[in-house]
Formats: sequence, structure tokens, C-alpha cells
Amino acid sequence: MFWGVDVGSTYTKICGLDENRNIIDTQVIPTIVNQDEIVKDYLKGKQIKMLVSTGYGRHMIEEVFSCPVISEINAHAKGAYNFLNSSDMVIDLGGQDSKIIKLDLSGGFTDFKMNDKCAAGTGRFLEIASNRMGLKMQEFSKIGFEATKELSISSMCAVFAESEVISLIAKKESAANICYAVHDSIASRLASMAKKFAINSENIIFTGGGALNPFLIHLLSKKLQKNIQPAKHPQLIGAIGAACAGYEVFD
Amino acid sequence: MGVHEHKDLLEKLGVDVPRHAKMMEMGFESYKNQFMSQENRPEAMKYFNWFMSEMQGQRIAEINKLRENKKPAIGAFCIFVPEELIVAAGGACFGLCGGSPATIADAETELPRNICPLIKSAHGFKLQKTCAYTQSSDFIYGETTCEAKKKTWEILGKHHPVKVMNIPHMKREKDLKLWKEELVEFKEHLEEITEEKLSLEQMKEGVKIVNAKREALQRLDRLRSMNPDIIPISGKDGLFITQMGFLDDPIRYTQKVNELCDELEKRVEDKISVFEKQTPRLMVLGTPFAPPNWKLHTAVETSGGAIVNEESCIGHRYYKDNVDLDNVQDEDTLMQKLLDKYSAVDCACFTPNAPRIDKVLKMYKDRKLDGVIYYTLSFCHTYNVEAHLVTQALENEGIPCLVIESDYSPEDAGQIKTRVEAFLESISFKNKAKQFKQNQEK
Repeated sequence: MFWGVDVGSTYTKICGLDENRNIIDTQVIPTIVNQDEIVKDYLKGKQIKMLVSTGYGRHMIEEVFSCPVISEINAHAKGAYNFLNSSDMVIDLGGQDSKIIKLDLSGGFTDFKMNDKCAAGTGRFLEIASNRMGLKMQEFSKIGFEATKELSISSMCAVFAESEVISLIAKKESAANICYAVHDSIASRLASMAKKFAINSENIIFTGGGALNPFLIHLLSKKLQKNIQPAKHPQLIGAIGAACAGYEVFD
Repeated sequence: MGVHEHKDLLEKLGVDVPRHAKMMEMGFESYKNQFMSQENRPEAMKYFNWFMSEMQGQRIAEINKLRENKKPAIGAFCIFVPEELIVAAGGACFGLCGGSPATIADAETELPRNICPLIKSAHGFKLQKTCAYTQSSDFIYGETTCEAKKKTWEILGKHHPVKVMNIPHMKREKDLKLWKEELVEFKEHLEEITEEKLSLEQMKEGVKIVNAKREALQRLDRLRSMNPDIIPISGKDGLFITQMGFLDDPIRYTQKVNELCDELEKRVEDKISVFEKQTPRLMVLGTPFAPPNWKLHTAVETSGGAIVNEESCIGHRYYKDNVDLDNVQDEDTLMQKLLDKYSAVDCACFTPNAPRIDKVLKMYKDRKLDGVIYYTLSFCHTYNVEAHLVTQALENEGIPCLVIESDYSPEDAGQIKTRVEAFLESISFKNKAKQFKQNQEK
């Protein structure tokens, strides 16, 4: 078995490949303290031919298992290639960061952009806003389709944007309209980051937790005027990419 | 640690001695971990280790010895301050502390949160009284390079004598005329402290001393960056040496940098490199790295890359030009030559600032580098906005570039490392692909 572990800020993702590179084991666990112990427990008794870690907590796993690490940019490039070998661009929206990656059609990448230290324009902001409105993420990511007004949130900071959400609630705007505004602000940010790469891309893959959000994909496709395809197992793409990297070097 | 030996002097300067000692101990500990643990460091770094341990001790004693004899001690935050004239007057010019997150909370009691961390940190050092240089300054010499700085001086002036030099933001004839007047006025400020006129001979001597310092730093820059296969010293050490040039006695410092360069020259001859072959060699552009801000260099050099040049003010911009003393027979000509040197600084406070882009491209090609990191401190609008034009020019030339915006807080160190690692991966990938292609064509 070839394992990839992606320790993200919100969830830890584990993926196992068999001899023929088929995905046969996947797991998504909330990231908490002593995450290395949890990963160790999960892999206990399982056959490990190779293990590669990636993501924000990759070095923690490296210390425990003495395994190789790759950056999450590289892991997402490999994971997207594994999902669709003609992918030429990745948009990744994670719990605390967003990445745009230009792929080279052979499992590598040629360029990338990643947000600076700021939660605006990341999955974190979607979480904050849905909590504020008392909605489950699953519902929150769909009701925007029912919006009757195109409200907007102009703040560049998640904390200020949250205040804007609160004032929209106070104005008795409908949940669907507020939801539209929240998604629109994230889609705008992602679009301005992605624009340059998107112009020359045909097969754009959306990964990370953000890809589970159909309304966000809809808005982003509209803004970039491109068809954006959510990956299968979008949250696992980094872990799959790490497992693939291990598979490749094993020979 | 010198801070303990010089306790009485520090107390007299109004330093918060216990807090200051604790900060310096932590600073030295962090220096030990980050610098002294590096393998294969040049022998001559021993002097700089010593200086680090005495930077807020013996060096402060030396500066205050000068002050006893009415020599000026001037604290500054910018390379526009004419160090030559201060040295000419027998005094000391030094950069003030402004690179630590530990003083920012104090500064935010008087300053807005959303201005650059360097200014907040510096202001915080004054409020905390934990920088012995700030406490030793006869006056702090501010300048008008950016909004946050020029407005902060008004508030800093409540706590310490401050004078401000008006740096114009354009370089037309009338702007330069004003600037020259500012230089003359600066000289007069120094004469107020020394209570005697600065002579032409003294000024020329001051220029010679600082020119020699810049030549030593230019030599170090060449040794760091001009030999594609051999990098004889780490980028982090290179940065640290440059940072210390803002604090140390210029004559002693010049000698020590030259001794180090002799050793590095031998290393180049003997093919001793502190990095493996094929390590991507990077240049950093943008805002200054005030000590102890070593975050980016640590991220790069623990991820398989090397920084061989900083284009910033604590870097190449500081030492790239010398003052021409040929045919200087009178004070007015000398002032003009000083102005020529200072107005050649390509700070992002100027509009337009096209020469900076030409220079960056030339530096990149001359040094045969592999990539560029454009680094800006958060809320540093001048460098942040200018990044667009600079990175566009780099892109047109096919030069790999990573843009990083960050403050002094350690929280984003992991995130920065991720981006740096990915950037280095992409450079290595491109380089290998290029080599492969060349081999196939043979």
C-alpha cells in the first residue's frame, strides 16, 4: 500500500493506493492536537510500502514516520493529474488558504499563487458566515441559487466582512440573498487570483472543501467564463497526490 | 552578554534594564539557534557572533564615549540619512531597532494597527525603552519616505527629540534643489551638537570612511552572488553582516568585512560552498529586513534554496553607489556629490521609479540567478504597489518570481515555507527540464 497523508488546518486527509494505483482507502478526520498520534493509530497494522506527507502539518508526520514530504502545491498538482490527466489548472479552496496552480500536463506545475496570511477569501470565511446565519454548510452552499438580489460584501477582511453579514441580517435581508453576497465576495477574490492562469486553461479542476460547494462553483465559472469541474473526492486531492508521489518514487 | 556588564550605563540612558536584558538574552538565543547552528560557517563570522553579543552592550558604551566628547549620536530608519557627515563630525550613525514583534502591542496604544510593522516595532521600542540605540540618540532623524513614517515622527517627537529630513518624491531639478538644502541643514544640526564648524577636510574624510565600508560590502555581494557554482557563505549570514553595518563602528566593521571577504575569496578558489550544487540561487527584492527579522531567509535556506543578494535598503540599495570625491574643492561641490549619490537611490517612494526595474533585471542577469522573491512588509504601500510593475517586467523576461507579503508575527512562517518550497520545486523542475532538453539536442 502507498499512503498519502495531508494534514490541513481544518481536516487531516489520508489516502491509500494499491499496487495498481487504485484508491482503496480514504479517510477525513478533523485536525486537532496530537494529530500525529491519530494518524499513527489509523495506519496501525496496515501494510505501508511508502508514505508521503503534505499539507500544513506535514513536518509533524515526517518526524513520527521519518517519511518524505512534498509541498501541498506539488501534491495538488499530482492529485489533479491523477484525477484527470488533461487538467491544466487547479483552484483549491481549503480551510485557511486558497491556491491557484498552473499545471504542466505531466503531473508537475509551472506556476502558482497562494493567499497571504489572511482568512478572507478562504473556506474559513464561509464557515464564519454560515455559523452566523445558523445554517449547516450543506444548506448554505445551495440556497444562494434562490437569491432575488445581488447584494455584495465589500470588505477585504474576514472580520469586517462578518460585521457586514451581521448588518445584512439586521436589515432583514433573506438568507438566500446574504448567502449570495458571501459567496460572491469569495468568488471575486478567487477569480482575481485565478484570472491570469485561467485565460490559457481549458480543464480547470476545483479541489479542497470549496469544491463541495455548488453555488461557489457556479459563481466562479461565471466570473472566469470558464467551465470549472469539481474533482472527485475534492478534499482528498492533496492526500491522493502525496500517495501518487510515493508510488512514483517507489520503483 | 554585554548588557549585564554595562547595566549602570543602560540605566543612565533610561533603558528598562530587566526587560531589555531579557529581550537581548532571547535575541541571542534565537541567533545561536538560527545562525551558529549553520554548518561550515566561515571562521571570520566569529567577530560577528561577538558583535551580536555586544551589540547592546559594548557598542553602546563606545557610542556614549563619543557623546561625552560632544560627538553626535544619530539614530535613523533610512539610508537617506547622510552617514558621511555624522562620521565626519566624529560621531556615530546607527539604524534603530525596528524588526521585532515584541514591541508592537505597545506601539498600538498610540499608532493604528494597519501600518507597517517596522514603524510600529520602532515606535514600540521607544515606548518600552528597550533599545539602547534609541536611548543613546541625540536626536532621531526621520524622513518623509512614506505616509506612516512621516506621521509617526510627530508622535515619536512626544517621547524623544526628532528631526525630519524632507525627501522629495520626484527627482526633477526643483526637487533636487530642495534636497540639497536639506543636506546642508543636516550638517548644521550636527554643528549644533559639536558646537564647531565641520570643515571640508573632515567631510571628505567622513566620505572616505563610508565609501570604504560600501566597497567592502560590494565585495561581499560579489563573493556571495557572482560565482554560480560556489556560494561561500549563507544568505542568512550575508544579511546579518549587512544588518550589523548599520550599528558597528564603520572603520572596524570595514576591516572585519574585508577579513571575511579574504576568507571567502579563498573558499571560492578552493571550491568550498555552503550549499549543494544545483541549489537554486535567489535574489530578494523589496522592503528592508530590520534585525531580528530573519524569517524569509530561514524559510528559504531550510527549504533547499539560497539567497545570494538582497536588493533592499538593508542590502544592495545601501551600498551600491559611492560618493565621488574627484575634484571636490569646496563645500558646495561636496554637497552636490552627496546629493548625486543619495538621489541615485531607487526607493519606491519615488515616482516614477523605472531605473529600479532596469537595475533589477541587470542584477539578475549579471548574477545568473534562478529566481526572485519580491518581499513586502504588510501595509508598505510604496513597495507593495510597485510590485506590480516589477513583477510584470520579470515575467516578460521569463524570470520566476514569488511575491510574499508578511509582517513580523511568527504565525505565517509555516505558510511562507510552503510557498517557498513549492517555488523552489518549480524552479528545480524547470532547470532540470531545460538541462534534459539540452542533453537531448546534443
